[in-house]
Amino acid sequence: MSMPAYYTTKDKVWYYAFRVICFSIFFFLLAPILIMIPLSFNAQPFFTFTREMLTLNPEGYSLRWYRDFLGSESWMRSIRNSFLIGIGATVLSTTLGTLAALGLSRSEMPAKGLIMGILISPMIVPLIISAAGMFFFFSSINIAQTYLGVILAHAALGTPFVVITVTATLVSFDQSLIRAAANLGASPTRTFFKITMPLILPGVISGALFAFITSFDEIVVVLFVAGVEQRTIPREMWSGIREDISPTILAVATILVILSIALLTVVELLRRRGERLRGLSPQ
Amino acid sequence: MSSKVKLIALSSAVSVVALSAAAQDPVSLTIVSWGGAYTASQQRAYHEPFMEANPHVTIINDDGSANALAGLRAQAQAGNVTWDLVDMLPSDAQLACDEGIVMPIDHDAMLAPAPDGTPASEDFLPGSLGECFIPQIVYSTVLTYRPDAFADDNQPSSIADLFDLENFPGRRALQDRPGTNLEWALYADGVDPDDIYDVLSTPEGVDRAFAKLDTIKDSIIFWTEGAQAPQLLADGEVVFTTGYNGRMFAAIEEEGQPFDIIWDGQIVEWDGWVVPADGPNVDVVMEYLYFATDTQRLADQAKYISYGPARASSAPLVGEHADLGIDMNQHMPTNPDNYFAPIVLDNDFWIDYGDELRERFANWMLQ
Amino acid sequence: MAMADATEQVGSETDSRGRLVTSDGTPLRRALERANRRRKFTAFLLVAPLLAFIVIFFAFPIAQMMWRSVDNPQIVNALPRTLDALQDWDGRTLPDESVYAALHADMVEDQERARRDQLIGPLGIRLNYELSAARSAISRTARSVSDFEAPYKDAFMDAHRLWGQLELWRVIQREGRPLTLSYYVAALDREYNEDGQIVRRDENRQIYVSLFIRTLVLSLAITGMTFLLGFPIAYFLSTLPMRYANLLMIAVLLPFWTSLLVRTSAWIVLLQQQGVINELLVNIGLISDGNRLNLMYNQTGTIIAMTHILLPFMVLPLYSVMKTIPPSYMRAAKSLGATPSTAFRRVYFPQTLPGIGAGGVLVFIISIGYYITPALVGGQSGRMISNEIARHIQQSLNWGLAAALGSLLLVGVLALYWLYNRLVGTDSLKFG
Repeated sequence: MSMPAYYTTKDKVWYYAFRVICFSIFFFLLAPILIMIPLSFNAQPFFTFTREMLTLNPEGYSLRWYRDFLGSESWMRSIRNSFLIGIGATVLSTTLGTLAALGLSRSEMPAKGLIMGILISPMIVPLIISAAGMFFFFSSINIAQTYLGVILAHAALGTPFVVITVTATLVSFDQSLIRAAANLGASPTRTFFKITMPLILPGVISGALFAFITSFDEIVVVLFVAGVEQRTIPREMWSGIREDISPTILAVATILVILSIALLTVVELLRRRGERLRGLSPQ
Repeated sequence: MSSKVKLIALSSAVSVVALSAAAQDPVSLTIVSWGGAYTASQQRAYHEPFMEANPHVTIINDDGSANALAGLRAQAQAGNVTWDLVDMLPSDAQLACDEGIVMPIDHDAMLAPAPDGTPASEDFLPGSLGECFIPQIVYSTVLTYRPDAFADDNQPSSIADLFDLENFPGRRALQDRPGTNLEWALYADGVDPDDIYDVLSTPEGVDRAFAKLDTIKDSIIFWTEGAQAPQLLADGEVVFTTGYNGRMFAAIEEEGQPFDIIWDGQIVEWDGWVVPADGPNVDVVMEYLYFATDTQRLADQAKYISYGPARASSAPLVGEHADLGIDMNQHMPTNPDNYFAPIVLDNDFWIDYGDELRERFANWMLQ
Repeated sequence: MAMADATEQVGSETDSRGRLVTSDGTPLRRALERANRRRKFTAFLLVAPLLAFIVIFFAFPIAQMMWRSVDNPQIVNALPRTLDALQDWDGRTLPDESVYAALHADMVEDQERARRDQLIGPLGIRLNYELSAARSAISRTARSVSDFEAPYKDAFMDAHRLWGQLELWRVIQREGRPLTLSYYVAALDREYNEDGQIVRRDENRQIYVSLFIRTLVLSLAITGMTFLLGFPIAYFLSTLPMRYANLLMIAVLLPFWTSLLVRTSAWIVLLQQQGVINELLVNIGLISDGNRLNLMYNQTGTIIAMTHILLPFMVLPLYSVMKTIPPSYMRAAKSLGATPSTAFRRVYFPQTLPGIGAGGVLVFIISIGYYITPALVGGQSGRMISNEIARHIQQSLNWGLAAALGSLLLVGVLALYWLYNRLVGTDSLKFG
């Protein structure tokens, strides 16, 4: 956006000052995340830029923290755990959440407000309370410190995102398409798989992504419900930060940032595709 | 000569156990300990040799000792005990024992005698065994500082200096529990080490200790887990920290951190094992305990961390650090050079007054 | 849709009484009702699995945990005879010998149970919440109680001083019932006095109310900071052409999608004494090496890190509201003679209020229940109520008090959420 020609000097000063302010805020948002990337290649066990790094001397840089990460059994186990638990929780919450969203979006659904309230409560209740409740309950039914326990807990935390995302997709879903399919003789099942599913798929996938990232990033419930065998990446980072903070944490963080960039891209592409499919212009 | 024969007999007994075990189903033991350098020393001195002799056993380390009593209670309440062996402090062990959530120990029947045949109950240092508790080490909590934070001609040397913000400014890290902190507050306030618990048994004494702590309250950061203390000091977040002497040894000698230990007023205590009642693999745990608390194993642990073995018969076997070749004796809390003004932690006192003081300390921290 | 489908079954026939019927002769009204019921049932059937799942694995555990805040079985179970004998006690003088004899009988009976089933351990722990040192009184007595001989009153008073004090007996009498309010009393910094009335605790034992207040103040500060930083960039983004806005939106979305632990470690790296910010300030000479700033392990650290973490939750709702405000309103105001600042204040700003409300309540709700970041960078002064709840669950092991504190927090959050729903409705919750 260029500056209008009729701006006075005062307007111009304000125009530039405002942009400076905004870009400082963008800097505040991005810098902490991006600064970890170069620091993760530090050859020294410090969290600051060494002289060698600033003068771009190759000796100031090394992959030792990445080697440390890749060579560590506990980090590798935490990666396996994070994906195992994340995928298990995602499958469960996406299946249950999509079904529920299909039901909730029907106009004849009874007590919609109340049920919606209950279903999204895992998103509202402070995590420490959910975690404490699950800690006691899961212990009493013998699934604390098991994979099943952590997967069930994470599935519960992830479902609100699936419900909300898929419901939102269904709001703009043209119901006359279903009647058209029925008129043309398709069975309800066939209609679901041939008409409904392809159209709400972007919503389901982004709901699933949200559920996955919720589990992948979750730590409070893991602290209470998981045992040492179920430690996930965030749980390992938690120990690392508290007990032995070395640049290995930054190597892990860098890898996770790259992963979030990939996820961000996928979600954005899905959103655009969804809007195109439903005939909404991508603004 | 006879002791050597017995040693051979013992080691062949161990290998017989190992042979018979080889055919057994795989067992995985979850052993809860303090994490960091301490778990590492147990891994090398106890776990690895035990797993070598018993290939069907895998040992998983859980560094949950800081919250061990909560974990034991939750597992006992649920009737679902997943921990096999827990490393904890004697006062917590006594609590767990009173609640019936850990097993009583018959020390002479369950533990190895000394190589010369002295039964376990006489070989372990006096006062260290508990109803449900098997000591491994004697450790001490010491004050440690960064020499580079102060001028060369103005270095701290006593517990009193921890409370001296004028000469030694900067933040200090203390553990987030009353034990050790209250003792040191009184010691720094001029109470003789032998009289500390008498003074602390009176309401005035407690007020006096808190009043002393108040003088540095605004400069305190609290740590919870043993590994946090050297970390805070290494990061330069604090200039003093209290901490376990073995962790400080590891930071100084193994990582080369620029710290100095002040042995003045070191607070000496035991640490050891309890066996959760109704654990999943009690038989294997008993084999492990017999092995891991024998004279040689306890002496071996001192090769990796500077804690003193809890058996009298282990002391002569303490030698050099396994990797660094340093003589470990001079780093032991019980070395006479270090043991000039020790405060021996009084567990009876803490069992009687602990709850009251813990509550008051927690409130004090929050205010 | 129900109507449309129902009409498919409708023929154009009428029955003998002239009512509309379907082709098989059912009255139309009945057919419609049945179809409607079936549809309701199908819809509910789709929702049922998730509803059952959430109720069993989420709602029930929380309800069960909240139950702990009033559940009080320990004394009733362990001391039935003693409580019976204490029924007529006036609380002014020590109970008489019959009460001590009943206590002896209760404790001896307990000793005969298998160790795992003994009730004396939980009893000691429970009494200790009300009266420090009660647990050691109980466990010490339990060790020798089987040797006691009448008169039991003297034997108990010899075993531990607390048996000769009114306080312990008052606690046993007051709490000798299956439900209790005492955890809430403690959570609100109150206690029972000698007459059994609820009064404020001594000054140096009042902590939870001030901790709740601190949590609220910190959350308000964080909400305020996110508003101050979020409003300008949301406005800026909404005035930009789409392709620039999308590009800059990455700056908001990347932190949003990045792991919480990663963002927290980033702030540790920046805020440490030897961290990037202090190092930079020392190198450009703003501060001396000896006077590095304490940016971490205090409230500063909590506020900075949490503002960064929660900023996207403010920007996204603000942006989506601002996008819908037509720029022509501002132009109209200006052309009618308003100065830019008046136009902004009187015309633009009021229209952003729904976005401010949505973002503000969202950030506030999230921050009052926050645990991880305060635990890692907050130190003692940056602790919030969640950290205290966790401490009571994991370290002090006072689960009833943790449940009471948690219930108070939960009620507060639900009230805020209700407010949020009134303001903006759940439908506006969107992500990404």
